Formats: sequence, C-alpha cells, structure tokens
Amino acid sequence: MNHRLLVSIIGLSGLIAPSAYPQAAKTNSTYTPPRTPDGQPDLQGIWNSATITTLERPAELAGKAFFTPQEAVAYEKKFAVDANRDVRGSNGATDVAGAYNQGWFDRGTKVVPSLRTSLVTNPPDGKIPYSAEGQKRLADAAEHTRAHYTDGPEELTLADRCILWRTAGPPMLPGPYNSNYQIFQTPGYVVIAVEMIHDVRFIPLDGRPHLPPNMKQWLGDSRGHWEGNTLVVDTTNFTEKPRFLGTTGKLHLTERFTRTSADAITYEFTVDDPAMFSKPWSASFPLNRSQGPIYEYACHEGNYAVPGILGGARKAERETSR
Amino acid sequence: MRTQPYSRVLFIVALAAASAFCAVPAAAQTPAAARAGRTADGKPNLNGIWQVMNTANWDLQSHSAQAGQMIPLGATGAVPAGLGVVEGEEIPYLPAAAAQKKQNYANRLKLDPEVKCYLPGVPRATYMPFPFQIVQTAKYILITYEYANAVRTIYMEDPGPAPVDSWMGQSVGHWEGNTLVVDAKGFNDQSWFDRAGNFHTDALHVIERYTPRGSDVLMYEATIEDPGVFSRPWKISMPIYRRLEKNVQLLEFKCQEFVEELLYGQYRKQPAKP
Repeated sequence: MNHRLLVSIIGLSGLIAPSAYPQAAKTNSTYTPPRTPDGQPDLQGIWNSATITTLERPAELAGKAFFTPQEAVAYEKKFAVDANRDVRGSNGATDVAGAYNQGWFDRGTKVVPSLRTSLVTNPPDGKIPYSAEGQKRLADAAEHTRAHYTDGPEELTLADRCILWRTAGPPMLPGPYNSNYQIFQTPGYVVIAVEMIHDVRFIPLDGRPHLPPNMKQWLGDSRGHWEGNTLVVDTTNFTEKPRFLGTTGKLHLTERFTRTSADAITYEFTVDDPAMFSKPWSASFPLNRSQGPIYEYACHEGNYAVPGILGGARKAERETSR
Repeated sequence: MRTQPYSRVLFIVALAAASAFCAVPAAAQTPAAARAGRTADGKPNLNGIWQVMNTANWDLQSHSAQAGQMIPLGATGAVPAGLGVVEGEEIPYLPAAAAQKKQNYANRLKLDPEVKCYLPGVPRATYMPFPFQIVQTAKYILITYEYANAVRTIYMEDPGPAPVDSWMGQSVGHWEGNTLVVDAKGFNDQSWFDRAGNFHTDALHVIERYTPRGSDVLMYEATIEDPGVFSRPWKISMPIYRRLEKNVQLLEFKCQEFVEELLYGQYRKQPAKP
C-alpha cells in the first residue's frame, strides 16, 4: 500500500463519519423540496444510508414495534459496546489492531429517526414473510454453500467477486461501510451513483416500457415517475442468480424517494417475489446528507479475496492429504 | 490557483483564440434552437448516450486488418483495419518507453487490462466499443461507460489535488465557449491507451475537449502528457456520435463475471470442463 493511498483511507474514514440526525425527528410533511431547473423535486447530493437499526426486528424485541427515546439511547450505547467501539486493547499491538479493524466500519451510530425497531415496516411484526418454498430455497442455498464455498469463484459471495455489493441496491440497504450514494438529475433522468463497486443506476422518467423479459441484469431495469414530491421507481428484469435475500428473476421492486428535509430523503421499498415470499413486504429508512466525496471503489482490479480464499483452500487440501 | 505547466498555458491561450472564432452569440440563435441545444444554465447540452465509430481501441495508430490471437474465434476475433487517430500519426515515445510499448504489444494477451475487465482509464474509456452516457448538471458532469460500469465525475468546481491515484483519475472541467475542457490527472500507472500496448505512468495528464457539432456529434480531442514516457505532449481526435435509437439505454456489461475462469480458474477444486 503506497503512502498516498494510506493517507487517503485515513482521510476517508474521517470524511464518511455519518451525520447525526435528531432522535425521534418528526417527518415534516409540509417540507417543500427545492426544484431542479427542469422542475423535478431536487434529490441531488451525496447521501449515506448507515443506521444501526437492523432490517428485521431482533428476536429480543418481539412485540415491540418502537423504542422510546430512552430505549433508543440505551440500544445505541449497547451497540457501541458490542461493536468494541469503546474498547481499548490490553497492549499497544492489540489496541492498534482493533482500531485498524474498526476503522473500516461505518455502520452508523443511530437508530432510524422513527424509532421503529426494524427497517421492515410491513408486515408490522418486522419480519420478512418468507414462504415455505422461500425458506427451503434459503436452507438449500446455505447447505450448498457450507459444502462448496471454496470450490470455485462462483460459490463465493457477490461482494467477494466484486460483482455486486450486498447493500448497493436495488434495493439499497445500510451497509457495513461506504454506504454512499450520489444522486444526479437531468431532464428525463434520475441517476444514482453507488460508491461500492461503482455501480450506476439510470432511471428514465419518460414512461418507456421495461426491457424485453429475456434480458436480465444484476441491477435489474428501472423506470421512474413522480407522484407529487415522491420519486417512484419500478424495477424488473433482475437476474435469476440470487442477489438479494435469495430473490429470483421474478423479483419486482418498487422504491419511493421523498425528500423530507434539507438533509434527508426518506427511502422506502416494497419487495414482491412470489418464489420467495408469501406476500409483498416493505422497509424504510432515511438517506442522510453526506459531505462526500465519492471515491473510486476499484474492487475487481484489486481482488485478492478470491485467489486468497480459493488458493488457501487448495493449499489446506494439499497439506491434509499428505 | 494551481500552477499550470507551460504547455498548458500555451494551450489555453490557443483555445481562447480559437473559441473567439467559434462562439455563436446567444442572441443570434432562435429561442427554440437555443433551448434544444442548451441546458438550463445556458451551457451546450451534452446529455445523452454517445459512442465512437472507429477502431482506436485496437490501436490508436493506423493499422491494417489482421488475424486475432485466438484461433477458435476465427474471423470474430480478428482486428479490423483503421486509420490512426493520433495527430501527425507518431506517438513520441522516449527510447526506453518505445521498447516497453513493443514488449507490451508482444505480450498483450497477458498484459492488456481490458482482457481482465479492469477499468479502462482516460482517454481509453471514451473510445471503447461501448456506449457511454453523459449526465450534465451545473456542478458535476457524470460520465458512465457501459464497459465494466466505469464511471467518472467531472467536477466543475476544482476540489483541489486528487486525494489518491485511481484508474479513472480525477477530472476538473470548465467551459471555453461551446467547448467542455476537462483536465484529468491523479491516475495510477495500470491502464493502457489501447490493445496495442500504448501505455503511460502515474504522471499521466490528459486534457480533453468536447465540442458539439450540431446536436448529435461531439468533436473530441485529448492531449496527453507524461514526461517520463513521451518527449512532448501529443493529441488524439475523433468524432463521437449520439446514439439515436428511440429505446437506447446503457445496459449492463459487468465483465468481472466473465473473466473469473481466466483469472481464478487455476484455484478451482475441480478444473472446469473446456
């Protein structure tokens, strides 16, 4: 690692510290977003999706849909402790190693401002409604992975392979780090540039039909329109290869982006995939303004994970067979 | 204000002189025409999906057609002929660099970053045989290239020196009349200019000029400086055409997946069947 890169990474970890948003902030329904020159509600800027609220409601919070403000503070404090954020090593070496490892992560420090105990808003129990078939698919996939994880590159995760970051979207989710997105708008388009693995989503607003059904993409095929101040994005044509919670090519995703203040967008999505879920389900969380900038995440070009994991497995096999 | 190399200053002076002849006074245009070709802030409208129609990605210099390197690909892997896009035809390599270029060419199947689906760098991204889309706002101009999902942001307000070297570099733009001028540096030394082994170091400095000719053609120029490799700056130029299909859109070419056997096949538990 050259000196400049190291400096940049250290600088980056400072730059992307999430901006705090006030606890229990009420969504201001009267907020009027500024307009782009062509009259669209303005979603432009660099946004960060980090939050410590989990996608599904944790088991220990069953029956509890919302935190009280005091509970939210306690939860955030516990998260900081569990993530070792406040833990110092017992000697210089472990202290530095721990700080180095933590320096990569940027999961946020706050729960979502609604104080809901899950990102899932529907169904109300905060759980993803997997169908029996969907559960079997997931179980089969997990069993296959346990047996074959190091057989070849296609068995590894999409992130290990630098094909798709799990939380890059669509749908977007809070990720472990670099949950950064830059939105651009020009007449007829909303464009979302994702920092992780430099994916870019083009969302045409001209009402054109989706791609022919035989065309499949990792990011699907998005079409958008405005409903008042809300951008509604409809995405189909997803790859058959599992890319998000085991979803299939039947995945139909609807996303809604509503600017709720100068520094936040409320992001909501509804997932429909009859091959995985017994009914459609929805989730919501805020995208908070970030200072940026977006860096080049040249993942594939520096991929030591795949040769490291597979090469290590082959070496281990040679040694045990001796 | 960052200090500019002498050649850059000369270049700007030349530009200013040229644009004085080319600029069309806004008042001379009909309002409708002005709207069609202009963004809301009055700049030439570069938004759209664009693609070159040439063989520069095979070789920036004039080249005859030739057989490809992979026999099973037959005619589909052959190299199409093309006239050079380098002004004056010659790329002014220093002697050691000329030898390196020859080595690169001889080993291109192994060394060309495109073979591995690596990011193409600048200016190569422009003339890859894939479309790219320009998203033009007042503060940023985003260019997304279909090949490998390559992307770069052109900052219309200079953010200062590039914080880190990268494949696509850092680009800072400004308008000179109807021309978007992009100053790109902060590159690593990993990308090539074409499949013929033309290369650079991390001192690469590219000045690009995008000048609309009518609504559907951009005249593109890139001046390339790299004092450790070339004895003087040199320039390529080519037209870029608007993709006019009604349903045109950038599609996915996530080629990472397509090179896994090439890059990682040796680590498989069971070798893949040919």
